[in-house]
Amino acid sequence: MRAARSMKWAATAAAIAVAATACGSGDNSDSDENKPDGYVSIFHGEPQRALLPSNTNESFGGYVVENVFSTLVDYNEKGKLQNANAESVETDDSKTWTIKLKKGWKFHNGEDVTAESYVKAWNWYANVKNNQSNSAWFEQIKGYEDVHPEKGDPKKDEMEGLKVVDDHTFTVELSERVSYFNYMLGYSTFAPVPEAFYKDPKAFGQKPIGNGPYKFEKWNHNKLIQVAAWDGYKGSDKPKNKGIQFKNYSTIEGAYQDVLSGNLDAADQVGPKDRPKRKQDFGNRSIDKPYAGNTTIAPAFYAKPFKDVDPKVIQGLSMAIDRDTITKTVLDGTAVPAKSFVPANVEGFEALDTDVLSYNPKKAKQLIKEGGGVPGNKIWIQFNADGGHKEWITSVCDSIRKAAGVECLADSKPSFETDLKERDADNVKGTYRAGWLGDYPLNINFLRDLYRTGADANYGRFSDKEVDGLFKDGDKAADLDAAVKDYQKAEDKLLQEMPAIPLWDMTASIVHSEHVKNVKANWDGHILLRDVIAK
Amino acid sequence: MGRYVARRLLQMIPVFIGSTALIFCAMYALPGDPVRTMMGEKSYDPAQIANIKADLGLDLPLWHQYWNYLTGLFQGDFGTQIASGRPVSEVIADALPVTIQLTLYSFAIIVVVGIALGLLGGLRADTWVDRVLLVFTMLLISIPVFVLGYIFQYFFAFELQWVTPTVQSSDSWGQLTLPAVVLAGLSLAYVVRLTRTSVAENLRSDFVRTAVAKGLPRRRVVGIHLMRNSLIPVVTFLGTELGALLAGAVVTEGIFNVHGIGNVIYQSLMRLEGATVVGVVSLIVILYLATSLIVDLLYAVLDPRIRYA
Repeated sequence: MRAARSMKWAATAAAIAVAATACGSGDNSDSDENKPDGYVSIFHGEPQRALLPSNTNESFGGYVVENVFSTLVDYNEKGKLQNANAESVETDDSKTWTIKLKKGWKFHNGEDVTAESYVKAWNWYANVKNNQSNSAWFEQIKGYEDVHPEKGDPKKDEMEGLKVVDDHTFTVELSERVSYFNYMLGYSTFAPVPEAFYKDPKAFGQKPIGNGPYKFEKWNHNKLIQVAAWDGYKGSDKPKNKGIQFKNYSTIEGAYQDVLSGNLDAADQVGPKDRPKRKQDFGNRSIDKPYAGNTTIAPAFYAKPFKDVDPKVIQGLSMAIDRDTITKTVLDGTAVPAKSFVPANVEGFEALDTDVLSYNPKKAKQLIKEGGGVPGNKIWIQFNADGGHKEWITSVCDSIRKAAGVECLADSKPSFETDLKERDADNVKGTYRAGWLGDYPLNINFLRDLYRTGADANYGRFSDKEVDGLFKDGDKAADLDAAVKDYQKAEDKLLQEMPAIPLWDMTASIVHSEHVKNVKANWDGHILLRDVIAK
Repeated sequence: MGRYVARRLLQMIPVFIGSTALIFCAMYALPGDPVRTMMGEKSYDPAQIANIKADLGLDLPLWHQYWNYLTGLFQGDFGTQIASGRPVSEVIADALPVTIQLTLYSFAIIVVVGIALGLLGGLRADTWVDRVLLVFTMLLISIPVFVLGYIFQYFFAFELQWVTPTVQSSDSWGQLTLPAVVLAGLSLAYVVRLTRTSVAENLRSDFVRTAVAKGLPRRRVVGIHLMRNSLIPVVTFLGTELGALLAGAVVTEGIFNVHGIGNVIYQSLMRLEGATVVGVVSLIVILYLATSLIVDLLYAVLDPRIRYA
């Protein structure tokens, strides 16, 4: 009995201790998650990495970075190029570019934004030693191999193509002509950083100091990131609110409920569960806008069904997909049937004059027959099960099976990681789901990076000499217009070769509460945060 | 008794090492490469991936990585996240207290409400009260937790407007009430069933009859003699359930946007953050072991015949 009694004391003591700690942490509900007046709160998730322009390539981190930093140029809602921090970006030969900065721009800590701020930052970003994941963006600058050799340590600290002329002017010499280099400069990895960055890049990534419209305030990991409108901002697009709270939600459904009840101001996604009722719930506060991203199905040209295939077969498969019905039903209007390999709202888009992208079961069967059929009469569509693609892939397969009489199977991989691994290793059985979000809203980004021989994202290993030639012509073109035209010519050729089956352009589904107005989608599908007005 | 506890604590060491080794191997065996995935679909440099891996020690053989992890652990170092570069201990310190708070809250609900209802059903076995409880518990058991979550969210947040649909601040007890009740639902039903059966059975046993015959007041018969003997199976269940609650909070945390460990595990699994998963799961294993020790000790309180040498 002695043991039992002492245990009883122990148990009571433990219970009291638990209760005490519980009370101790108490109801400090406040604290850092409340929203200051005039701020706008939006749906967000924890960025994967520290907030550095050169190391952020995923959506959540990018959303914050593009609002804290300003680049030389940016794009309007329609994807048109406009100057931001740059006074002018000029070139005579598409090889040497002269960049003049606007005067009087500062970083949030008061430091001037000078030509040196850009040049020094770019050299650091590109350096192989710093392991920045966006370093490849600088590979077109002359001298990139010196700071980022394929093997071993860098030979130099600076790229010889970058030259500071005076405080507000610098020149960029490229190793080859790139007629659309100015378009690339709007990508956030080309943003400058102040001197404070180099002292401790790691700490800087937790508390970034930028030159953009919003000044970083705090980052409570897994809870929220808060930025305040910065009154020293010199750009024309000054924030119309006092700040932004990027609030972390583990599920998009939770965010939807919070917008509906007015606890969150806006979300730029709607989950499959809530999609059908979003119009009913929000009325005109539910906004759909196509943006610079599209979805395609890309055949793997090394796989059995597509090895040495006649492109007519792929055209036939394309015509067996009922895009109109699938985007209306399964996708609830969150996608728009594709009219070309390029989404409709990027510069250089041209609706292809063809019936290959429309549903026509009769012609589909005929084309597949003429092309010699699919070996084994069976194809697969590989996708990642963690991305919410299963429903539409199943519908696409049903459509192909019914209209073309070709057996179509959804080949599900558990995660994006495994999906990517199979693609890297050339293990795709038939086709794979490919989604592409524009880095910059120009048709070239949707063609060159996907269908050029050896391009990194060309996982189908498509290769065509004529297409490569046309791409090259475009790169060397005298000016942007000519380049865009050359790429459009290449696109006509692509339609005959069918390196991918374009399905639809992606649409941002934005919902917002009654507490905010003037909510618009940017060219990249994000909410145009600067314009949102808190009521 | 002291020696018993010491022995049990010592036993935890091999269990802990074994479980971390297993999880470590499992994470290693998962297909996909976290550093490669970090680069996305766009262009990247393989040499850079190799560099990052070398920095993090991810290029070493499995046993060496595990050895580094263990030695780090004994110095209080849980490792570093691959993508964010944050120390894992910091990530855990952010999230674990929230989950523990939620778990304890719903555990308290389970114990208090579950045992009370079970006692009520047991004492009034085969009356209408018992039948209503049976229907109620069967309903709870048959509804999946996410359905219950969404129903509660709809009803309490949108119809009655008592609460916000999701938790606005994860360390507030008031806001955690709804998720705690949802999380408690299933186990609560089991506890009611268990207590009810056990009480109903013991009510007919000799020692209760004796106690009543001795002329003890009813309060004492039920409170001491009946309850103490009836609670042994319930305590066993509760002990294992605490661990299950900790791990099972994932779904509930998702629905109500509680910034706890559930989301951290899910994200880390998706992003193949091995060190984070191993760290979190090992901590849950330890908590689990600790609760099972407490349960074993509680047996002695409930039943004097059980002794630990």
